[in-house]
Amino acid sequence: MKLQEIIDSLSLKVENPSADLNREVKGAYVSDMLSDVMGNAKDGFLWITIQVHINTIAVASLKNLSGIILVNSRVPAEDTLKKAIEENIPIMTTPLPAFDLVGMLYSLGLRCR
Amino acid sequence: MNSSEGVFFLTGKDFKNAGAASSNLKGILEGMGIPDATIRRVAIAAFEAEMNTIIYAVAGMMNYFITPEMIKIRIQDMGSGIPDIDQAMKEGYSTAPDYIREMGFGSGMGLPNIKRNADTLTINSIVGEGTTVEFIINLTPGD
Repeated sequence: MKLQEIIDSLSLKVENPSADLNREVKGAYVSDMLSDVMGNAKDGFLWITIQVHINTIAVASLKNLSGIILVNSRVPAEDTLKKAIEENIPIMTTPLPAFDLVGMLYSLGLRCR
Repeated sequence: MNSSEGVFFLTGKDFKNAGAASSNLKGILEGMGIPDATIRRVAIAAFEAEMNTIIYAVAGMMNYFITPEMIKIRIQDMGSGIPDIDQAMKEGYSTAPDYIREMGFGSGMGLPNIKRNADTLTINSIVGEGTTVEFIINLTPGD
């Protein structure tokens, strides 16, 4: 499924629209612990989290994730957004809590394996 | 395939640049045509070791040695050291302070993630002096 389709379906706000939104999303992983994501997320996965600091971009980049969705109306820190633009990592935001958002992603067909 | 080696310097508590050494290393491996599956393993292990230095040490360095047979990474830090390495290897065990945990570190998965992704892992630590983590990921002939 293309990232842009997910953004449209769930009315996500894209914080850095210059990033490539046409990429293929192969699954999703939800966690606020960075090593958990390093160990368990896979190539092309979306990452759902409340973490907004800059180190999330390093994780997303190293893991070739397709993007980060910040839940509960969290917004990326200024330096996080700057790094996301540099590294071409899409950051999306939503007022929904993680539970609801993940339920919707699951309904769209995304899985974590 | 050519061989390559180099070093990155790491500064403790420099969270702004944390992950940069691992990202640079990943770029080097991609440029050398190392297989994606191998790069994924190196990236996980290198990031965890890099973050340990950022979180727990004053400073450190990451040396890498790439040969046709293997990728060897050595991270030496000037840090607090690990009193009990067996305990530190246990999944879920962490000594990270609260502010580090709030950033999503300190889940006690760092060293286990390195072990899981490396073919060999060696940890030497002296309390009050520092820790050296060295791991090897083998390259199969033909890669």
